[in-house]
Amino acid sequence: MSAFRSFVVKETRHILRDRQTLAVLLALPFVMVLLFGSVLRTDVDGVRTVVVAPPGDALADDLARAVGATTALRLVAVRASEAEVEPLLRAGRADVALVIPTGFARRLAAGRAEVLILSDGINPSYAQTAASYVRAVVLGWAARGGASPVSLTVRMRFNPTLESAHLFVPGLLAFVLTLVSALMTAIALAREKERGTLEVLLVSPLRPVQIVVGKVAPYLALAFVNALTALGVAVAVFGVPVRGSLALLLLATLVFVLASLALGVLIATRVPDQRTAMMGVLLGLLLPTLALTGFIFPVASMPDWLQPVTRVVPATWYLLVARGVMLKGVGLAVLWQEMLVLTGMAAVLLLAASRALADRLR
Amino acid sequence: MSPEPAPASAADRPPAVWARGLTRTFDAFTAVDAISFEVARGEVFGFLGANGAGKTTAIQMLTGLLAPTAGEARTAGFDVAAEPEAVKRRIGYMSQRFALYDDLTVRENIRFFGGIYGLSDRAIAERTAALLDRLGAAHLARERVGRLPLGWKQKLAFAVALLHEPEVVFLDEPTGGVDPVTRRRFWEGIYAAADAGTTVFVTTHYMDEAESCDRVSVMVDGRIAALGTPAELHARFAAATMDEVFVHLARPAAAPR
Repeated sequence: MSAFRSFVVKETRHILRDRQTLAVLLALPFVMVLLFGSVLRTDVDGVRTVVVAPPGDALADDLARAVGATTALRLVAVRASEAEVEPLLRAGRADVALVIPTGFARRLAAGRAEVLILSDGINPSYAQTAASYVRAVVLGWAARGGASPVSLTVRMRFNPTLESAHLFVPGLLAFVLTLVSALMTAIALAREKERGTLEVLLVSPLRPVQIVVGKVAPYLALAFVNALTALGVAVAVFGVPVRGSLALLLLATLVFVLASLALGVLIATRVPDQRTAMMGVLLGLLLPTLALTGFIFPVASMPDWLQPVTRVVPATWYLLVARGVMLKGVGLAVLWQEMLVLTGMAAVLLLAASRALADRLR
Repeated sequence: MSPEPAPASAADRPPAVWARGLTRTFDAFTAVDAISFEVARGEVFGFLGANGAGKTTAIQMLTGLLAPTAGEARTAGFDVAAEPEAVKRRIGYMSQRFALYDDLTVRENIRFFGGIYGLSDRAIAERTAALLDRLGAAHLARERVGRLPLGWKQKLAFAVALLHEPEVVFLDEPTGGVDPVTRRRFWEGIYAAADAGTTVFVTTHYMDEAESCDRVSVMVDGRIAALGTPAELHARFAAATMDEVFVHLARPAAAPR
């Protein structure tokens, strides 16, 4: 029995000695519960709503106010015509729109009032919940006013049949690319460090930037093949559309892969071995890509303190571009800001990565 | 600043390695404390010292990897701080951990290292053939390095470090973990390189290897405590072997504090 006890004591010592891993293990449940508790929500909150109210219609204005008074809905804009709503939905600035037609008051008096609810259908369950909130507000408003019933038409934009694949595919693309580019680069570079070959490369006439680019180039090609495979399967098997420019999508993919590769290099320069590199990428990159980008859980429903965090994750921006191009068919005219942020991140990260490698020696 | 060394007799050329007051500190810790020495062309120079004495830091500075905090050093005639790239092109390096890639074949490794030192395809092909022939390793060309015995790996790594015909080759504990016979063969390679004019700068913990050097220095706590031919050091410390010299110099520092 004492042999067994010595063994358990020794194992416990190993765990206590490796402070870094221990800290990660102890912090993990805390972070996970906090993160997923904030992110994983089926109740929808703060749905960004636009109301189209014909000017001069007092009843329409009243209905718009009723929408604004709901906590679940956040009124982001009131517009005069339906034509102004579409660009907001396309650009991802609003999740749902309530369109009140002209002559609403007159129709209401005649018992023939109808309104239109447009919902961004890319995230099907979110879109349905958002639409049902708007519906509830409208019906509640009509009942309170004692008016005749209002008929509602709900239209799911960009994904009329509410295919879940449309939601997941762009996010999976980001996930796979992060996995291949960041994880593989970090591991490959950490391996050179672990085996001492990096030292030999640094003593050679190769410049650090050449080492970074050379290390990264084959993975860039691999990641691109992966992206095309994922895209091909999504289109062929699940009928996910690519409505916009394929060239823009591939450009964004290239930029995103560069950013991920640079992150992989950065992580590799800060860790002693492959094992730590793997943990770093899993917790530092893959987890945020999964939870903090709107991949599955809409950013708008996250608590206010968490929303800014999503903006520093490159995948968030890639996802906005990929969804915009694939599902909404928008181009650079709408997505230039997202592309700019993504490109800026990639440039800064690449620079930081080659710097970090150059200063690697203590 | 420093002109290309003229291809004249060894006497006119700058020393292979030259250091004056070379110092490196890390925060409050002085790893290398104002060391000064010279290594002549074609010399086999043993760079000894206990673990932690500052050898690795000194080598990192001499190879242009790490900038000195103070003092200066020239390797192959070039200032290590001002022209590290020129230094790197003229030196070879083999570390105690293995320089070659285990998952590549012998030939692929040679190709790669020839490539990063800018050798032409033709030069690589010729030198690969010569190298394999010299080592009697032609049958191993397609073998993955990971499958070779340690002694072979070391011999190949050394040959690869010499592939681009460097002026100085730095060997950081090149023979760790192999038997005496294999070590002796490795040293035959070192002499052959020195005879061909390459300066060999070697660290070792084997005192029989230290005896085999033209001159040795012993580092203690970041300083050079002794420097001379093995015979001179025997005489100065009234010791029969380098082992006694080393223990005499290094023991106070190596003892736990």
